[in-house]
Amino acid sequence: MIIAERKPMDEIKRMLAPYKKVLVAGCGTCVTVCWAGGEKEVAILASQLRLARSAEHNEISIFEASVERQCEREMVAEIKDKVTEVEAVISLACGAGVQTMSEMFEDKPVFPGVNTTFIGMPEKEGLWVEMCGACGDCFLDRTGGICPIVRCAKGLLNGPCGGTRKGGKCEIDPDKDCAWVLIYRRLEKQGRLDLMRNYYAPKNYRAVKRPGRIQAAKA
Amino acid sequence: MNNCIVAFCCEHSAYPAADLAGKLKLHYPENLRIIRVPCAGRVDLIHILKAFEKGAAAVMVMGCEGGACHHMTGNTRAKERVKYCNLLLREIEADGRLVAMFNLSPNAPHKFVGAVNEITKRIKESGR
Repeated sequence: MIIAERKPMDEIKRMLAPYKKVLVAGCGTCVTVCWAGGEKEVAILASQLRLARSAEHNEISIFEASVERQCEREMVAEIKDKVTEVEAVISLACGAGVQTMSEMFEDKPVFPGVNTTFIGMPEKEGLWVEMCGACGDCFLDRTGGICPIVRCAKGLLNGPCGGTRKGGKCEIDPDKDCAWVLIYRRLEKQGRLDLMRNYYAPKNYRAVKRPGRIQAAKA
Repeated sequence: MNNCIVAFCCEHSAYPAADLAGKLKLHYPENLRIIRVPCAGRVDLIHILKAFEKGAAAVMVMGCEGGACHHMTGNTRAKERVKYCNLLLREIEADGRLVAMFNLSPNAPHKFVGAVNEITKRIKESGR
């Protein structure tokens, strides 16, 4: 899923400074799971903004709304009535959600309330780690399902480098596992260590065209 | 609700302690508003923030002593939430010490009064 973290309060306050009627819009999918922009975070941010403005004697009227997925026009359309009532929207969805909102309500400024950070998974409660770089040319079949592009600090396709520490840790950050040691151990378990002998040519990053576009095959 | 102290009291510890304080006719500030909750762990961040929005001067979350929670881990969860709420308040340049967690047993009315007095002191220090 997409991982995001809420922007610093000062930045949010600065973006909303000129407005008196604002909608805080949440998204019920990825950002809900990573505690950045779900219904609960919408309520907390709205409350913080009300308290902050009230302390400055600069009252603000805040509406709250959340949709299942802010990156889908049909779902964003559900909160159209609320958006028409306000002067600006602060979206707690990922960049795709913010842009969908912005495209659908072109006459309103839509501000990002979170920084979209990476594609990852929860490692433990409250900790998310990056797992995929969305490179467009998946390499996981050759690395035992461990992505060296994002999990190796150097993004090496032919690892490990000479800097692996004792205990299989990374030379750049001793708290992190060396991705290539993990790959070696995984391939060993699967009896596929021969893959470690392969040389992989530099990756073709042109596989990802910006902006990305995928058309599903028609049935 | 203006300038009152909201105390979310666990019905297994702080609420009986408050009751006992009343029975013993102990004095504590009259602006205290007690909200009985099934467990301190039931209190969410939004409950605390809403109390401030409605004009509370301070919010207390009062639960069982460490290791004695009737619902196993409610008091530790509440403590973490209160800690996070301190941060949320500091983010908006409010005094984070105006939300606090207190642990007490049901037979500790003096500790209950002491906690209320402590938060009252913090309110005065914050200039409210």
